[in-house]
Amino acid sequence: MENNYISMKNINKSFGKVVANKNINLDVRKGEIHALLGENGAGKSTLMNMLSGVYTPDSGSIFIKGREIQFAAPKDAIKAGIGMIYQHFKLIDVLTAKENIILGQKNSFFLNEKVLSQKIKDMSVRFGLDIDPDKKVYNMSVGEKQTLEILKVLYRGAEILILDEPTAVLTPQETEKLFKIMRKMKEEGCSVVFITHKMNEVMEVADRITVLRKGETVMTVDKVSTNPKHLTELMMGCPADLSIKRIETEKSKVTLEVRDLSAVNIEGVKVLKEMSFDLYAGEILGVAGVAGSGQRELCEAIAGLYPVKQGQVVFDGEDLVGKSPSEIITKGISLSFIPEDRLGMGLVASMDIVNNVVLKLYQRQKGIFINRKPAEKKSQEIIDRLSIQTPGIKHPVRMLSGGNIQKVLLGRELDSKPQVLITAYPVRGLDVNSCYTIYDLLNEEKQKGVAVLYIGEDLDVLLELCDRIMVLCAGEITGIVDARNVTKEEIGLMMTGAVNLTREGEKSDYADANNSTCN
Amino acid sequence: MLMPITVRAIKKSEPGRMQAALIRIGAIILALVASSLFILLLDLNPGDVYVKMVQGAFGTPYRIRETIVKAIPLVITSLGIGIAFRMQFWNIGGEGQIAIGAFAATYFALFMNDMPMPLMLLVMIIAGMLAGGIWALIPAFFKAQWGTNETIVTLMMNYIGLKWIMFLQYGPWRDPKSLGFPKIANFPDNAVLPEVFGVHIGWIIALVLVVAVHIFINHTKKGYEIAVIGESVNTARYAGINIKKTILIAIMLSGGLCGLVGMIQASAVNNTLSVEITGGVGYTAIITSWLAALSAPVILIVSVLFAALLEGGSYIQTVFGIPQAAAELLQGIILFFVLGSEFFVRYKFVLVKKHHIAEKNQVSVGKEVQ
Amino acid sequence: MEALISFLHAAIVAGTPLLFATLGEIITERSGNLNLGVEGMMLMGAVMGFMVGLSTGSASLALLTAMVAGAGGALIFAFITITLRANQTVAGLTLTIFGSGFADFVGQDLVGQIAPEGLRMFFRPYTIPLLGDIPLIGPVLFRQDVFVYLGYVSAILLGIYLFKTSWGMNLRAVGENPGAADAAGVNVTLYKYVHTLVGGALCGLGGAYLSLVYVPALQEGVTAGRGWIAVALVIFATWNPYKALFGAFLFGGLDIIGFRIQNLGINISQYFIDMLPYLVTITVLVVVSMRKSREKAGPKACGIPYFREER
Repeated sequence: MENNYISMKNINKSFGKVVANKNINLDVRKGEIHALLGENGAGKSTLMNMLSGVYTPDSGSIFIKGREIQFAAPKDAIKAGIGMIYQHFKLIDVLTAKENIILGQKNSFFLNEKVLSQKIKDMSVRFGLDIDPDKKVYNMSVGEKQTLEILKVLYRGAEILILDEPTAVLTPQETEKLFKIMRKMKEEGCSVVFITHKMNEVMEVADRITVLRKGETVMTVDKVSTNPKHLTELMMGCPADLSIKRIETEKSKVTLEVRDLSAVNIEGVKVLKEMSFDLYAGEILGVAGVAGSGQRELCEAIAGLYPVKQGQVVFDGEDLVGKSPSEIITKGISLSFIPEDRLGMGLVASMDIVNNVVLKLYQRQKGIFINRKPAEKKSQEIIDRLSIQTPGIKHPVRMLSGGNIQKVLLGRELDSKPQVLITAYPVRGLDVNSCYTIYDLLNEEKQKGVAVLYIGEDLDVLLELCDRIMVLCAGEITGIVDARNVTKEEIGLMMTGAVNLTREGEKSDYADANNSTCN
Repeated sequence: MLMPITVRAIKKSEPGRMQAALIRIGAIILALVASSLFILLLDLNPGDVYVKMVQGAFGTPYRIRETIVKAIPLVITSLGIGIAFRMQFWNIGGEGQIAIGAFAATYFALFMNDMPMPLMLLVMIIAGMLAGGIWALIPAFFKAQWGTNETIVTLMMNYIGLKWIMFLQYGPWRDPKSLGFPKIANFPDNAVLPEVFGVHIGWIIALVLVVAVHIFINHTKKGYEIAVIGESVNTARYAGINIKKTILIAIMLSGGLCGLVGMIQASAVNNTLSVEITGGVGYTAIITSWLAALSAPVILIVSVLFAALLEGGSYIQTVFGIPQAAAELLQGIILFFVLGSEFFVRYKFVLVKKHHIAEKNQVSVGKEVQ
Repeated sequence: MEALISFLHAAIVAGTPLLFATLGEIITERSGNLNLGVEGMMLMGAVMGFMVGLSTGSASLALLTAMVAGAGGALIFAFITITLRANQTVAGLTLTIFGSGFADFVGQDLVGQIAPEGLRMFFRPYTIPLLGDIPLIGPVLFRQDVFVYLGYVSAILLGIYLFKTSWGMNLRAVGENPGAADAAGVNVTLYKYVHTLVGGALCGLGGAYLSLVYVPALQEGVTAGRGWIAVALVIFATWNPYKALFGAFLFGGLDIIGFRIQNLGINISQYFIDMLPYLVTITVLVVVSMRKSREKAGPKACGIPYFREER
């Protein structure tokens, strides 16, 4: 077929015992935006990584413009006109925008800085993408980094653009801008493959949609002949209701009071600026914000892991600031923190479930010896309660799937019957069913009267699950709003610090929002 | 037309214990084969040389005793270094810690020896362990406080420690009765470790320590904390482990065990202090403890085998005139092979046949048209 | 003044082996490989360079052999860590143990021999016209042997390569984030291999300087920990070849300051003076680690094996 830019046939790929792609077929036409839809773990990224030369298929063929090709490395894919923008940006922090763009390309042996800067400026004007060629990547915002990634791909003359979950880290406004760019690319005759699991985005930009489920192709449909409900069914394999229940609870006492909390990082930059808010028993307080707005620091500061410069975190009449994490644990203060980086922070990857469960138990044991018996019993309980798929309690956590790893972590923390539960991105990388299990667990805790602080990235989820949403921008609270009567766009504006929509009524209720906008 | 074939590495699904052990043993055999090439270069029959090495290590009761004497410092130092390695603290300062431990023990043996033997030995042991521990504590403090690279600092301190011993040996502690020979006086009898079954009591100490370290690592809170820090400092922080304190304790222990080796060697083997006291054990122990995957019982086995290699190495030196350095070379080769073999525990190579592109292309295009 | 010039001149001579080794390790670490086998590669270069120099009398052959020997050691390291993805720290330590065993083994009959007359003539100081006449700087920097000049040139060329060329930029990217460099089309494995090997060759040259020019004779363990000081100097120089030039000569000065102090009639034990370079190295490392900054940190992916399909 002449107008098929990409044609992938019977692609298979497995990692160890895990089959990521099974007999997948995909055709992408010239000049279309093709959405690749599927839940986490459906094999979307794996498939695209084979198209960009990062992975090699175990079997199957790939045709670009009708010619069969085999990529030994990403550079072969670049030569074939394929440009991929990865979910986790592939940029070199210490290099400038310009250097990142020309990296790995045929350049003159000696770099001519001025000529290159001019060339890139010209290009950015042509595509309407604003960038400073001499800015270092570590000084860039997420939006800037994405613009840079797109320019990088265009510089390489890509005709096929693959975007892997590009909107996950963007504000709604930035997402709109990205869609505009994608449409422009399409007009210029490029093909755009857009990986996502968000139905509304698919309906907004895609021409055709290929749905993947559990590593297999379900079908390819035209947008005009489908609707979100149909797509959801294809994606899930069964009729599913993808709305999240918000359980209404009576507003009761304040469990955690945060007052004027400020912190600075190693380089002396203020990462938390006089934050004040209350966390009530039996509510889920969502935290929204562009990545790196102080979410991580806030969680860690409350848990005693990040040095606090000033302010208070009052729990049960006691100020937690200045207490060490072990004091917080051993005093029986039931504060549970589920960090964003599961294997990097919450769990010990190479150890088994028992040894990970014992992590939060052993400090309360007496004597110098460690007793793993109680942890063994608890591990089994957690496995049963959360139906964790594992060969046994002595199985290394690293070998479990993402959803099961998250369940181990969540199970361990819930087991301590906390009064405050802090969770950062608890559903990142999980399939839909696991996500809903987690949401249900959080709702269950909320019903029990636990105060839940939920750091999220998917605004739709935040709006549906949480009672209130607190928006952060550059370490500052730019608004605390009722999730029932706020729109995504409004939150997006607060995320960039453009407005503070903390409403009068709420303000007197919670009396804690910071009025100033962020700079 | 040629069928191009490429080789690719693929991650294995979980490898079995048996398989992993077989791969490692295979690597050691391959290392011996590779070393045979060296031996052939020397115009010798590798088979003969290996047989003589085994004889040299285990051929007579005397040689067995000698092998055990060589194994004792290796076992204890490997245990010590293993504790640090478990925490991903690269203590390659074993040499210096042994030397300083020996120095402290020697001080009491020479200048405060007016004690009954058990007390004398106890004081020497404590002094040796404390001194070795404190010597190791210096880089550990820098590491805990500022994250200073411990690999280089521990190594630099080896040189400083050995220079200090040289200073003593050639200067203030030189024995005036040695007729100008730069030598420190021999220990009095009450400062020499007794023998049990023909070998000094260090072998009992080593066995006890193997059990003790095994229990420490697997069944105590501190041992668990050390393992958690080694895996992920962030998780340790998250769990409320006092990282600085744990680093200091673990390294104090690590250096203390090395210091104990210094005391044992000075007291039981050399009966005095000299720069040769360490005999490179601090470096060899890096290899043994890594080969043993930091597990205390395995360290015991590997150390004995390595002691046999050293003992056999010095025997073939006398029989064939092969330089002592050959044994050192062999150690390096074995470790290279075992290090490389870890890859085959985790991955396997597969051959990928590249199908004939042009032909296939036509076929599939044809299909499309239909 | 005379004494100062003679001291500085000698400091540069003593710093030259450190310079080569430091440059070698800089380029290696820039590719993301932390090769702690510098000491071993230097020893291999020292003994092989000496052996060939002794038997052929040819300076260029001796240097070439030293480079090949150093690169050979680096090749073992590269294969084990890049292709077989073994732990770099342990592989480097093993290379040091292997290298010193190799040097003792190969050099057993050569120990104590003096470098041949022809070679010593070749490496005698040579005054560069004009530059050699600049007051103070001339006699210190430009009345040296060719090997020292080779050191200057290597450092400058390496600096230009690293910061001004596209290959150098690709190399920096590989050391910082191999995944991103790979995705951008850089051949990560090739870059790692080539630069680790070149680094090894430079370390081999550093060793050869010791046995052929500095001592000039073969001794057992002729490097005496200089390989490790070089590893520390890399941190001191913040992975920058130009700063390595300064750092290496500073440490060269420390290496010889003892003799000068004794010559001044100050009575300090030789053994304490011998400790000085090691003590200063520790001090430098501690001071460097106390001040942290992003630009001065090393290549971020240094020490971590890279596997494209890892997940």
